[in-house]
Amino acid sequence: MNAMPRAVELGLIACTVCGQVCRTVPGDPQLDGDGVGDAMACPRCGSTLRRRKTDSYARTWALLIAAFILYIPANVLPIMRTASLNDVDDNTIISGVVELWVKGSPDLAIIVFTASIVVPMLKFLALGTLLVSSRRGSGWARVQRAKLYRLVELIGYWSMLDVFVVALLTALVRFSVLSLVEPLPGVIFFGLTVVLTMLASMSFDPRLIWDGKDTDD
Amino acid sequence: MTDDNPIEPAPPGNGELPRPVVRRRRVNASLIWLVPALAALVGLSLVINNWLQAGPQITISFQSAEGLDAGKTPVKYKNVVIGRVNKIRLSSDRSHVLVSVALEKSAAGFATRDTRFWVVRPRIGLGGVSGIDTLLSGAFIGADVGDSTEPEDEFKGLELPPAVNHGAPGRSFILHSDDLGSLDIGSPVYYRRIQVGRVASYELDKDGKGVSLHIFVDGPNDKFVTRSSRFWNASGVDVSLGANGLKVNTQSLATVLAGGVVFQDPPGPHDSTPAAEDASYKLFNDQATAMAPPDGEPHYIRMRFEQSVRGLAVDAPVEFLGINIGKVVSVRLDYDERTQRFPVLVGAVIYPQRLGAAYDKLEALARAHGENADLPQLMGRLVEHGLRAQARTGNLLTGQLYVALDFIPKTPKVAFDPAAKPLTVPTVPGSFDKLQEQMAGIVDKLAKVPFDSIGQNLDRSLAGLDRTLKQVNGQTLPAVRDTLHGVRQTMGTANEALAGDSPLQQNLGATLEQLQRMARSLRVLTDYLGGHPEALIRGRRPDAKPADATPVTAPAAVPPAQGSKP
Repeated sequence: MNAMPRAVELGLIACTVCGQVCRTVPGDPQLDGDGVGDAMACPRCGSTLRRRKTDSYARTWALLIAAFILYIPANVLPIMRTASLNDVDDNTIISGVVELWVKGSPDLAIIVFTASIVVPMLKFLALGTLLVSSRRGSGWARVQRAKLYRLVELIGYWSMLDVFVVALLTALVRFSVLSLVEPLPGVIFFGLTVVLTMLASMSFDPRLIWDGKDTDD
Repeated sequence: MTDDNPIEPAPPGNGELPRPVVRRRRVNASLIWLVPALAALVGLSLVINNWLQAGPQITISFQSAEGLDAGKTPVKYKNVVIGRVNKIRLSSDRSHVLVSVALEKSAAGFATRDTRFWVVRPRIGLGGVSGIDTLLSGAFIGADVGDSTEPEDEFKGLELPPAVNHGAPGRSFILHSDDLGSLDIGSPVYYRRIQVGRVASYELDKDGKGVSLHIFVDGPNDKFVTRSSRFWNASGVDVSLGANGLKVNTQSLATVLAGGVVFQDPPGPHDSTPAAEDASYKLFNDQATAMAPPDGEPHYIRMRFEQSVRGLAVDAPVEFLGINIGKVVSVRLDYDERTQRFPVLVGAVIYPQRLGAAYDKLEALARAHGENADLPQLMGRLVEHGLRAQARTGNLLTGQLYVALDFIPKTPKVAFDPAAKPLTVPTVPGSFDKLQEQMAGIVDKLAKVPFDSIGQNLDRSLAGLDRTLKQVNGQTLPAVRDTLHGVRQTMGTANEALAGDSPLQQNLGATLEQLQRMARSLRVLTDYLGGHPEALIRGRRPDAKPADATPVTAPAAVPPAQGSKP
């Protein structure tokens, strides 16, 4: 027996809504409460009882892949059109960053680059790492992985920076002939990417990190 | 989704934990995978859409990429965007730039062989201003599509916009000229001072001896170009000084600066059938030559002048009885070893057609006589009748000469070879030369006068005269003075005699008084005798009546016997 027993080893399952702790029915795969094919309900409040989030791996994978697919058009398509008196400029994320850098605002360029490129990529990598390592039941650096997950959840909101910039500029810069900013399809894909990555990180169950064999005790 | 199916009621309390309620799940399919599928679908549709919308990729070469911007510069046809420049690079030999253009799918028809591309930039020329809108919007590439369906993806961009767009109504014509003058692509073409077209292009003839201009006349005015239309260059100002005074003639201010072409039908009867597409015309230098009747075939003649032809320049007119029939084309010096003189060979072209009806008649006459009617033969006959070339002064101020072909009376006969090449027309010295010869004769005669002996004789005579004068001074003049003195004395005497108080005068007055009295008595006598003629014989009768007073007035001092016939 391990020093720190898990609920499944004790044959217990808790309702996450009302806190009711139940004894699991051993032997029935339908009722093992591992999050796959669960069919148990809380006897007190009637909420579905599950040891882990439903289909956590599949959902996270699906959402992550969808986000990654949409991330490609988000970067290829222009996100914003800046029209001034004698110039019409369509900018993608990268070209905007380059333009900011070239035109002498490296600080802004770094912020935009971080928010629009680094953070989504980090999310893809982090969630991918978490999914793969958890699936294998690896006991490697569990505490750090848990921290990584919390970081991903935290920074998720900030990835919307680009979308906010475009929305703000579109609303503010409307001087008809002199200057005009229009959103272009790229920003929709970018927004979808951010939303999907957030959903993916939500559908991942951090408790999966701790499943599997303990090696560190 | 779920169905309440409690298989085991949870046992409450007694320290034992409750059993969960088991529900059977009907659908177990993992719908979450629809999300990435949907995303993939969207992505795929984007790719397919992009692929479907992508038109042909073409490359246009330009001299310079000035104003072009990769990713921005549009390609426009009739101001509709049909593509966009997506890449600009230098050619491998760096002589020009290669501009890659992504045409839109709908504009695939522009990737054909005879499509033309050019960069529209703001242009300010003498003929006007164009492309002002590109000042703000930036340059764009203009396109003009042709008829060809042959696909092509390499184009050579035009440096200037084409003067004529494909399919524009109108017709193009070809003009031949000696030089381009101040014309350029886009120079206007005028008909009755209305611009009806422009110069589309020009090129050197293959032999380099002229320029061919392609002009385009817009419809519907192209019908005014007829088979007999005359074209001339309207560049510059035409100033003419005629009997009506100074006349300045221009087409428009723009043509003065930038040049232009004018066409018009010649006056009088002419063929007014509209000309065919690409008909050829000669471009004349001015209206006068353009409107002149056609010159016909030029003939080269040569004249050999024995005297100086100072003032005879190339292009000097050749006149036949005052009618301009040609011009001098060359003036060259020659050396004659036999006479050791320097004759001047003057070459000229003459246009016999300019003689008009006279030439036709001469030709017809020669034919009627069954003779050869070409120019050398005709010329031969005219030379027989005394036709000679003569360099005459056309302008006394500048001394400009012209060549006159005239019939000179009593000129010695010369040999004339009609078969000679070139045809040589005999010459006679000009009028001014003749004057010079006569002057020389006079000078010759003057030289024969013995001025020396005349001088000596004159000297001697003058010495004699001097002596004579001395004599006159010394002897004759004092005598004359004495004589004059005597004359003055005589005049003084006469003066005194004629003075009012002189005795002569008084005597004369008394004498005249006597004479008056005598005349009065004579009149009385004649009156008496007229009344009494018998008194001549019988003497005077005694007065009959005292009333008869008439004789009282008669002075008794006059005796009747003293009367005489008046």
